Amino acid sequence: MVTLKIDGSDLSVPAGTTIMEAARSAGIDVPSLCYHKRLSPIGSCNMCIVTVEGRPGPVTSCNTPVEEGLVVVTESEALDVQRVANLKKILKHHALDCPVCDKAGECDLQNMVYRFGITDVPFEPRTQKRVEGYATSLIRYWPERCIMCRRCVTACREVKGIGAIDILGENEESRLIPVAADKCKSCGECMFVCPTGALTENLSRYKGRPWLGDRVKTTCAYCGCGCQLELDVLENMVIGVHTKTDDGVNRGSLCVKGRFGYEFIGDDKRLKTPLIKENGTFREATWDEALDFTAKRLSAIKNEFGPDSIAGLSSARCTNEENYLFQKFIRAVVGTNNVDHCARL
Amino acid sequence: MTNPISDVLKAEVILATGTNTDENHPIIANYVKEAVMRNGAKLLVIDPRRISLVDHAALWLRPKPGTDVAWINGLMHIIIKEGWHAKEYVDERTEGFEELRAHLESYTPEYVSEITGLSTDELHAAASLFGKARPGSILYAMGITQHTTGTDNVKSLANLAMLCGNLGVDGGGVNPLRGQNNVQGACDMGCLPNVFSGYQPVGDENNMKKMANSWGDFKLGPKPGLTVTEMFGGAETGEVKAVYVMGENPVLSDPDKQHIEHCIDRLDFFVVQDIFLTETARLADVVLPATCFAEKDGTFTNTERLVQRVRKAVDPPGEAKEDTWIISEISKRMGYVMPAVTGEELIHEINLLTPSYAGITYERLEEGGLVWPCPDRNHPGTPVLHRGKFARGKGQFFSIPFKPPFESADSEYPFTLSTGRVLEHYHTGTMTRCGTGLNRLYPEVLAEINPVDAERVGISEGDYVRITSKRGRVRAKVHISERSQPGMIFLPFHFHEASANVLTHSEVDPISKIPEYKVSAVKVEKAA
Repeated sequence: MVTLKIDGSDLSVPAGTTIMEAARSAGIDVPSLCYHKRLSPIGSCNMCIVTVEGRPGPVTSCNTPVEEGLVVVTESEALDVQRVANLKKILKHHALDCPVCDKAGECDLQNMVYRFGITDVPFEPRTQKRVEGYATSLIRYWPERCIMCRRCVTACREVKGIGAIDILGENEESRLIPVAADKCKSCGECMFVCPTGALTENLSRYKGRPWLGDRVKTTCAYCGCGCQLELDVLENMVIGVHTKTDDGVNRGSLCVKGRFGYEFIGDDKRLKTPLIKENGTFREATWDEALDFTAKRLSAIKNEFGPDSIAGLSSARCTNEENYLFQKFIRAVVGTNNVDHCARL
Repeated sequence: MTNPISDVLKAEVILATGTNTDENHPIIANYVKEAVMRNGAKLLVIDPRRISLVDHAALWLRPKPGTDVAWINGLMHIIIKEGWHAKEYVDERTEGFEELRAHLESYTPEYVSEITGLSTDELHAAASLFGKARPGSILYAMGITQHTTGTDNVKSLANLAMLCGNLGVDGGGVNPLRGQNNVQGACDMGCLPNVFSGYQPVGDENNMKKMANSWGDFKLGPKPGLTVTEMFGGAETGEVKAVYVMGENPVLSDPDKQHIEHCIDRLDFFVVQDIFLTETARLADVVLPATCFAEKDGTFTNTERLVQRVRKAVDPPGEAKEDTWIISEISKRMGYVMPAVTGEELIHEINLLTPSYAGITYERLEEGGLVWPCPDRNHPGTPVLHRGKFARGKGQFFSIPFKPPFESADSEYPFTLSTGRVLEHYHTGTMTRCGTGLNRLYPEVLAEINPVDAERVGISEGDYVRITSKRGRVRAKVHISERSQPGMIFLPFHFHEASANVLTHSEVDPISKIPEYKVSAVKVEKAA
């Protein structure tokens, strides 16, 4: 363990901890844009600067490890002046088009600008060659919003082990490029870690602001990983999927199905009424008709041929509660052990 | 899984076999890559396909499909010969080792090489990689189980894990990656023909009494019922007259499609409860519109036995109803009133009747998931199984002989077909083939074929081929790729218009009753 002092408090943290991690563990909110818990420190935004007693200038806290006896200050007028200057440098190349940005309301950059109260930065777009398209058609890249923080690039490389995107070009000419689009798995990790609206989802664009509607925490309905996610709901429609870094086995990550495969919920082809087949074609029926008919037929077959002439197939897609009730129905009501599901397939 | 997903971060070596983890369990693949890239773990991939996980592997072996028992026996042969096995662990915690050792004598690298097509050097390298590092985690999926020798394959992996002392320890385990959100839960809840919830055998009188106490009087024989494959067989013979399907699409997911359709046709009554008019629902006498995961409260149990909440976000469309309401309404009309119908009422009933779920309540799940066994309300759950001692006492080694697959390529059907999933789609495609997003990425079925074979058959990228087996024929676009080994063709089963299960045979593993989806003999010809 290493002991140090941050903003006057004595702290003891494991060796190898960065100053930022140490500060945050003590509840001190050091500002940052490029730092992300899941990723190695990037050190591109210079917002997390702090002063360390005995060192000539401020240091970036995200990639400076703690040392025994350090005395760190995270808040001072001088630091704020420099942070504002750094933020203005970032804003020079960021269009403040918040009114039409899907990220507005939950944007790290927007919050940072609000925190420091900056209003007077003229926008100078980067002089970059147009490159059509992004690594996946499910995500839109907005170059005029990109702050070149490299979170997306780092996430693709470190979390997915791929490196489908990279930032190429220096300074004014830098741009996020799909360098290996064929390897992109469309998982949306890049979009998830983006601290601005530079990467947004193509399916739900302009469908609703984050502060409208509800977010409902649930479990993904695809494979057996059991990822935790939140459904964005507006007017009884699921319009998007969100995740949190601290939540569940997936730690904020999802795959293409989990993040983008929600369209089926509100699909027009969903069954909306019971159907009964007559002379080879379906007709719509009321619930009473359909349930009476089903119960009557099952009872008749049970009486005539015995309970073992009936079988039930339940679903790995349904909940535990539904599966429990289904096997109870087959066993206690029909009276047979003929119940199974698709575990084998 | 015997161990949690995050445990692979504690492993020194990870064996991934019969799992295309990157596409079918992408989040678990994230963990595997983190283990390799950040922690320096060694990844050993043994798979007939060159899956993308191979990019991160220290070693990749490409055996012939359906030769798993042979290579596993071969690795164990070398590990024992070299003395790399966990001698103390084997002495203290297992039985049957001497029989196993004798049985493995004949599985020399040369013999195994002949069966599997792997070189003896490859076998040595793999044995050394897995046999010398501790702890080692084994990950597998349907590439291991969907064989007529699936049970043998799994037992062989368990042998290998025990031999190296990797069961009941952090970072180890034999870990099946389950492919469906709640396939674990459906098993746990007793949707199996031989057990009530919590794997309590139906033949046990005490279990029957326990259920009767809660459910009221009911007549039920002690004999296990029919499995899914047997149900449709029963329909054909007339033994089964009615089938009630809740949320499944066997017409696309079961082997030998034509046979399944024929069996359903023989039924007197067929009722399907689903969210879409699936290929199966179209054959029903009655279709009942149900709810999807976003429209109900409940729980799912993931592949690591972690029980987590599912919460209602939206109302169902039109007059669609919750599955539990539908079941209870049919039940009422058959003279039985279900006392528990809502998610929360049902979990209480499950708590009372299912020892492994006894301590799992919605209130506790608000704080995060719980891993069963969780026998009471103060129990923290059991992330690692078999710690200290095995559930049965001593771990049993099984001496398992290699058996070839049911069907082999021959001069008329020279290719080996393997079916499976792709990243962008899910099972029979009912959920993922809706909307525009996923279909933009993977709009139509692609049959994956090796460049050598493509040249031999005379086809180029994007051409259409006819794939024919003894059962039937499908037409699909080809994707030429090194992922398939020469002589092998891969076809996803998500697409009704080129249903892979037109081609598969219905021969199953004698114990697990799992069909052999990974090996069917087919021929491939250029199509118009």
